[in-house]
Amino acid sequence: MMTLVKNSKLWLSVLALLGTLFLGSVQASPVDTYEFSDPVTQKRYQELTKELRCPKCQNQNLADSNSPIAADLRQQVYNLLNQGKSDMEIMSYMVDRYGDFVLYRPKVKNMTYILWFGPAVLLLLGVGVIIFILRRKPQAKEKTTLSAEQQDKLKQILKD
Amino acid sequence: MNKLIRLLPLVVCLALGGVLYQGLFLNPQELPSALVGKKMPDFELSTLSGETVNAGDLKGKVKLLNVWATWCPSCRYEHPYLLEIAKSERVAVFGLNYKDEKEPANQWLQQLGDPYVFSIFDQQGTLGLDLGVYGAPETFIIDGDGVIRKRFAGVIDARVWQSEFLPLIEQIEAEQQGS
Repeated sequence: MMTLVKNSKLWLSVLALLGTLFLGSVQASPVDTYEFSDPVTQKRYQELTKELRCPKCQNQNLADSNSPIAADLRQQVYNLLNQGKSDMEIMSYMVDRYGDFVLYRPKVKNMTYILWFGPAVLLLLGVGVIIFILRRKPQAKEKTTLSAEQQDKLKQILKD
Repeated sequence: MNKLIRLLPLVVCLALGGVLYQGLFLNPQELPSALVGKKMPDFELSTLSGETVNAGDLKGKVKLLNVWATWCPSCRYEHPYLLEIAKSERVAVFGLNYKDEKEPANQWLQQLGDPYVFSIFDQQGTLGLDLGVYGAPETFIIDGDGVIRKRFAGVIDARVWQSEFLPLIEQIEAEQQGS
């Protein structure tokens, strides 16, 4: 009896372990699968759903999200691809309806200059400051070295 | 001058802190609609009662288009206030029954009351997609020329009505009297 209980416990834990394995694969599996006539279109579909943001679950792209609206938009991307629309046309179709927000890579325009170029400007500023500080240091050191006269005087004092 | 430069990092830090602090109070769900200022997209769909309607059938000087569904609990919460708005007859209230089933939707209107002039039955969500709808409830304010003036995502209650809707409705009314 005892061994049976032990065994069942063992089995339970094995089952639980296996269960967690499946859980992981369920979460990672794509939500829906579309058939594509050629691999190029499939690649474009994957790229587009990666580039487009889900408007409801805002930190996920369409490919990642399980929300109904993301599924709808994936369907729409698929439809538009099948209609022979270009990537640009599909992107602007989405922007016309959901705004610039659906683009994970924001457009370069007046409002987003600081977003695109801010980090580079800050980096340059930082480099500039470092160069400025480094250049100044040797000068400060020179000042602390003694002049020839002072050196002589120092030697004299040390001798005494 | 040198002293002022020393204060610069502090000033920059404070400014950055201020900007980020403000960000804490922004609602990321409040997205500007891409359709504000544009014409209501055209459509041809049937209503819940079975007639075929298009964008031209949304009549009225100022109208609301309320996106709702029976699967949406917040819509049920919002419903009594919509009835009140409809009763006041200040604006025409139209419904967009979004990705729903016909029978439960009609039942809902029978049981809870029908605030809508009519409800467009958008089972596939095609009009919803053209409007940039991503959930329910959502409400659009459309002016007399059929131009979308506002998109509000969320539940309308007395507070929201006072602060988000009435000022714009008054403004639209004033514009239309002027023209």
